[in-house]
Amino acid sequence: MKKEGEVRISSGCAICGIFCRDGRRIPGSVIRESIRVMHNRSNGLGGGFAGYGIYPQYSDKYALHIFYSDFAAREETERMLDQYFDIINLSKIPTRQVDAIRDVPLIWRYFVSPLPHRIQDSQLDEDEYTAQAMIRISCAVKGAYVVSYGKNMGVFKAVGYPEDVAEFYRIEEYEGYAWTAHGRYPTNTPGWWGGAHPFSILDLSVVHNGEISSYDANRRAVEMYGYSCNLMTDTEVIAYILDYLVRKQGLSYRESAEVIATPFWSTIEMKDGYDKARLSYLRNMFSSFLVTGPFSILVGFDGGMMALNDRLKLRSLVAAEKGRTVYFSSEEAAIRVIEPEPDRIWAPRGGEPVIVTLDKEALR
Amino acid sequence: MKEADLRKNNEEEVRSIISEVSNGGDGMLTGCLGQRYLGCGLRSGRLYLKGTPGNGLAAYLEGGSVYVDGNAQDAAADTMNDGLVAIKGSAGDALSYGMRGGRVYVLGSTGYRTGVHMKAYKDRKSVLVIGGRTGSFLGEYLAGGVIIVLGLSGEGPITGYFCGNGMYAGTIYLRTDDIPKCLSDSLSVHAVDDDEKETSIMPFVREFASLFSLDAEKIMESRFIAIEADGSVARGQHYAAV
Repeated sequence: MKKEGEVRISSGCAICGIFCRDGRRIPGSVIRESIRVMHNRSNGLGGGFAGYGIYPQYSDKYALHIFYSDFAAREETERMLDQYFDIINLSKIPTRQVDAIRDVPLIWRYFVSPLPHRIQDSQLDEDEYTAQAMIRISCAVKGAYVVSYGKNMGVFKAVGYPEDVAEFYRIEEYEGYAWTAHGRYPTNTPGWWGGAHPFSILDLSVVHNGEISSYDANRRAVEMYGYSCNLMTDTEVIAYILDYLVRKQGLSYRESAEVIATPFWSTIEMKDGYDKARLSYLRNMFSSFLVTGPFSILVGFDGGMMALNDRLKLRSLVAAEKGRTVYFSSEEAAIRVIEPEPDRIWAPRGGEPVIVTLDKEALR
Repeated sequence: MKEADLRKNNEEEVRSIISEVSNGGDGMLTGCLGQRYLGCGLRSGRLYLKGTPGNGLAAYLEGGSVYVDGNAQDAAADTMNDGLVAIKGSAGDALSYGMRGGRVYVLGSTGYRTGVHMKAYKDRKSVLVIGGRTGSFLGEYLAGGVIIVLGLSGEGPITGYFCGNGMYAGTIYLRTDDIPKCLSDSLSVHAVDDDEKETSIMPFVREFASLFSLDAEKIMESRFIAIEADGSVARGQHYAAV
């Protein structure tokens, strides 16, 4: 056995993302090859991918990815789904046997539409209706965990190295205009299937490298608004904060970034009139949603992607551009492997989001 | 010079190049793609790298030379003790952290926390020259040595916020007239006169310019400011053996 100091653990989580602004859809094998380069940043206790634009044939349906620990959980969940949704299609998510991926749950996919009269009775819009139903399933059904439930997107995650997780889910068979990926090195929470990244709510997904010092303050704040943090890891709270700020409060992604990675008061003090007033307002108004501690995150959403560092830039993040395609990664090497000659490569500054969206012509 | 491509599965070839360099010779590795600790602890010889070497490049360098044709990632020249690192591209965060001696030259820009806690001791003096710009926390806790930022490329201010925070020895030279924002009040700033330019900056800019085929005289035509710890602020209680 090697003693402390004789062994060097060179890990620290890996994230990467690809976004095609022209709406071109690329296979999941591209993001798999990117994240593979950063193998040493994770330790095999979690890997995952989010793909956008992957279900064009069901683009107006909610795509549910659900883990079940057993048959009973599936039956109970499907009974609940039947009450609230019209199930258009259901199937097991195709997987292949990979030696490194063990303790596999039942993994199912449903394309659903909320039942119109149920929505009417609920007096909610269909997103809120669907989100509440999914949170209820994850909380109330023992052994069921809803992995993702956005439209035309999906999350694929497991315990394992990300490249093995990609093999397991046959990720190369999906094509999307945007992909994010994560390799996990859990530091203070268990490595389990539900705790792998990305974390998502509706079409919004988050991959994260870092740890949230303000986790419990943030958790208490979002739980007041009907969210439930029960995945035993800190990252999920970022997904709920962003959902709250963007979908419920109507902030832009840029403004949400200015809330969760707000500048220091000393930095705000140096800004001029309008910016100073705006940043002060956001910081005062949403103080419980300031996320402290080191982080770099990639946020996927319908038609866009945001990359953001904590304001001190305590985690690495590199961005690059080639034509209409944008790349983000913890390490430049993971970009170079799939795009050896980018037009531009740069390191975004701490607390300054990079937000990319689909070109007008690409919006169908 | 012997050469090996890291993209090919040729461990023996790579090993023979590393041992050649370790014995004081020259060697080149091409196709670097995130491999960590290249040139780590090298005592002698010249290692040439092409591509994107991984984190911890030339860490603990002990007298050898590492030349990179490409960009370096995070934590290059970490705790470097002696020797030379020349990067014909950019470098990531935490470049030259705790560097204790030798020279590091970067043609492009560098990330956050460049040159944090660099040191000097007796005949050892760490020197870091950056051709482009740097992120925030440049030279934080600087304890000795020289950091020179030239601002030849890139956009915006030459450095970010909190430049020189907590530094108590050494000098940061910036090729600009603009004093960085929110400089700590325990630092002093002065415009660099011709004598100081000639003795303290020119030797390193000359080596920088010759490494990257630039005109040193032209670079030196511009004005510089120097940031140092304010000697009138007592730090005896804060740090041992200053």
